[in-house]
Amino acid sequence: MAEFSLPRNSKIGKGKTYPISGPIVRSKNFSVYRWDPDQGQNPTLDNYELDLDTCGPMVLDALIKIKNELDPTLTFRRSCREGVCGSCAMNIDGTNTLACTKPINTITGTCKIYPLPHMRVVKDLVPDMKHFYAQYASIKPWHQNADCAPTTERLQSIQERSALDGLYECILCACCSTSCPSYWWNSDRYLGPAILLQIYRWISDSRDKSTDERLGRLEEPSSLYRCHTIMNCTKTCPKGLNPGKAIAHLKKRMVARE
Amino acid sequence: MSQKERPLSPHLQIYRPQITSILSILHRLTGMVLGVGTLVLAWWLIAAAIGPEAYGNVQWFLSSWFGRCILLGFTFCFFYHLCNGIRHLGWDMGWGLELATLHITAWIVITAAIVLTLLSWIAGYALKL
Repeated sequence: MAEFSLPRNSKIGKGKTYPISGPIVRSKNFSVYRWDPDQGQNPTLDNYELDLDTCGPMVLDALIKIKNELDPTLTFRRSCREGVCGSCAMNIDGTNTLACTKPINTITGTCKIYPLPHMRVVKDLVPDMKHFYAQYASIKPWHQNADCAPTTERLQSIQERSALDGLYECILCACCSTSCPSYWWNSDRYLGPAILLQIYRWISDSRDKSTDERLGRLEEPSSLYRCHTIMNCTKTCPKGLNPGKAIAHLKKRMVARE
Repeated sequence: MSQKERPLSPHLQIYRPQITSILSILHRLTGMVLGVGTLVLAWWLIAAAIGPEAYGNVQWFLSSWFGRCILLGFTFCFFYHLCNGIRHLGWDMGWGLELATLHITAWIVITAAIVLTLLSWIAGYALKL
């Protein structure tokens, strides 16, 4: 049975407030989820006030400014700051996205920032991705072809290559999987949209020859069919991909396989 | 390190309701209502089979203000589940899965369910008069 409420140790308490002194022209409040494993306390929501005139345009800029100027203990992942690494995936203003490509001015009122939903929290905005990566590894996400290795590259036609468009761009940020209510409650067995999109990416690859094994992996009923086409995945993907459609195509392939 | 068990990050509590997820949970809820509503239908049919008195009791309840509200809700659930079910059939055939199409079909389903509910009630009252 799905657990709709948060466990006792995960309920969010009231946190600290960090106002800034001096006259502010363009003030913006940020409420940020905080949890410190060393404190032994429940998570809190800390409030920071920033002057947007001295802050970069993206939510990641605001987080970096908070860490630099207000509270150096604030912990979050970030790397590329341009939407290609997937490190700064988090829940901003109620939906999952990348902090580095989310403009602050698209958020009305207080900007609320939480870690990716329904994940174990390592610290503050850093979720434990171990299980997600283990699921990814379980689908053998590499090129499989038992044929003898050719002496040149395995060439693709333009059509074969274009079959990968909309699939290869995935950066595995986990925004989609952690937006999916079914993944929230069934991630022990359900693979989730990100990983299923990857399976579809490999069976769509003309160079890969293990389609049958890859689809066979999905015979285990919960790994694929816990998808109820809710489509939160597609709605939230910060790269504009369509995991829900990939899953629908996988289901069709499974029917055709029988 | 005094690490205790890691907290679970908030999910349902903080995720902004999406048109995608709202229609999805409505589909499941209306499906459940239809299950219960079928029992009401069975009750009505069984009463009709038993005789005029039993049937009269059920008719009295269903035509009361409260009974009519239940039937109105049931009608909406029926048409919503029907329309969104057709949407699901489209998805199962691989149709209508683009984000723009999802939004359009979502509003079509909501509008159609309301219009069909109203039309059937208008038709029902018109036939009665």
